[in-house]
Amino acid sequence: MAPVSNLVEIRNLQFSYGERAILSDLRMDFPRGKVIAVMGGSGSGKTTILRLIGGQLHPQAGHVSVDGELIDTLDTKNLYRVRRRMGMLFQHGALFTDLSVYDNVAFPLREHTKLPESLIRDLVLMKLNAVGLRNAASLKPSEISGGMARRVALARTIALDPQLIMYDEPFAGLDPISMGVTANLIRKLNDALGSTSILVSHDVHESFSIADYVYFLSRGKIVAHGTPAEMMKSDDPYVKQFVNAETDGPVPFHYPGRSLAEDLGVEAAQ
Amino acid sequence: MMAVRNSVEALGRGVREWIGSLGYAARMFGAMLRVSGGLWRRLRLITDQIHFIGNYSLVIIAVSGLFVGFVLGLQGYYTLNKYGSEQALGLLVALSLTRELGPVVTALLFAGRAGTSLTAEIGLMKAGEQLSAMEMMAVNPLQRVIAPRFWAGVIAMPILAAIFSAVGVIGGYIVGVRMIGVDEGAFWSQMQGGVDIWKDVANGVVKSIVFGFAVTFIALYQGYEAQPTPEGVARATTRTVVIASLTVLWLDFLLTALMFN
Repeated sequence: MAPVSNLVEIRNLQFSYGERAILSDLRMDFPRGKVIAVMGGSGSGKTTILRLIGGQLHPQAGHVSVDGELIDTLDTKNLYRVRRRMGMLFQHGALFTDLSVYDNVAFPLREHTKLPESLIRDLVLMKLNAVGLRNAASLKPSEISGGMARRVALARTIALDPQLIMYDEPFAGLDPISMGVTANLIRKLNDALGSTSILVSHDVHESFSIADYVYFLSRGKIVAHGTPAEMMKSDDPYVKQFVNAETDGPVPFHYPGRSLAEDLGVEAAQ
Repeated sequence: MMAVRNSVEALGRGVREWIGSLGYAARMFGAMLRVSGGLWRRLRLITDQIHFIGNYSLVIIAVSGLFVGFVLGLQGYYTLNKYGSEQALGLLVALSLTRELGPVVTALLFAGRAGTSLTAEIGLMKAGEQLSAMEMMAVNPLQRVIAPRFWAGVIAMPILAAIFSAVGVIGGYIVGVRMIGVDEGAFWSQMQGGVDIWKDVANGVVKSIVFGFAVTFIALYQGYEAQPTPEGVARATTRTVVIASLTVLWLDFLLTALMFN
């Protein structure tokens, strides 16, 4: 079977939590070898997309395919088989707090391979070296900073050289230096491993600097998409508000509801 | 009228949620048993947890056992002395401990000490997305995290109950024989003659295994189903103590009725 050009495809996807619609009629393509950013405000459904791709959530309609396999139709055994080709970096790293940095990175290797411990050691040190933390191997997660924890999690994510790497808000809460380091690592690792990366973020500068293509998501729908250069020049009011960090626009400053005049009783008095 | 309707609705909602959570717990238990087979190839996961869980509870159980033995020695002597039967003190202490107090008090202490630790640990792993991260690494948390802790709890409970009973007997001996002056030979020979290895000791072991199943699963389920927030983990920890304690007492009544008829 010839490989499809898109590693991940989303078609007519609908997802809701109970009555609350999160994503509706979504269509997205994630070509092989590219870094694709999915951007949007808090609560726009970005992380939900990653969980649907990873099979942690099931859509009410439509489908997600990864390397030609329909994720929502797979049984647990096959879903786990597909997940071995995926890696996901969680927002706060999600390191195992009872394990050292070394053991965290070794975890997927020990679980999924029968490699001898000497080879696992070499692989772990190489992965930690790639994120600049080889000398922190013996530390516990509680002994390292948030930025370092994110990089350790990145080393763990790429331990099995995944085809697809998903990043959930990798820049959130990082200082500017750590942010730049993380962004460069995402790009370099994607190119070195020949992977496909999906980057969920609301950080415009860092995401635009490394992404090949950007999707803008608002209220569960794609409102704009294109290259970072195209998005910078976009006339779309939502994209303009988001890229220029404007206070008011399609995303209102005030939470919808009664007006201030109504609350103060001014109109009643008039 | 409205208040009555609201009360009925709240009652119905509560019962529905209770049945729903029972069903979910049963499904989780079944799923955990299904993935437990693979654990025999990785016994280290279970032995590590037996070590941790045993360490959590060993000191409190040994100290409690000693004091319970002291009290049994004193109370037993006061009562038996009225009838001139203080030589039967050893038998009374041993039967009380092996049949009832050993398994029950150990299970209650285990729920308060190791059970709350298990709930908080699993709840915090969930809140920190560690369980989700494991799933995304194609590792089943039920097999890697929940099942080893469950079987460790089931194995640790009878061992801890045996330690509780043994230390309790020593406590009864110290108070009854060493301090009050009950005849030492009578203390041990009455115990040896009156305690049946199957009817008393084995039934006590069966009880503690059943309590091990119940308490450990309740603690793990509460952690696994906790809301992933600090408040949610705190509530789950409290629920572990309350539900596990009531379950132990209810099961003890049921098992006693069945075993000693």
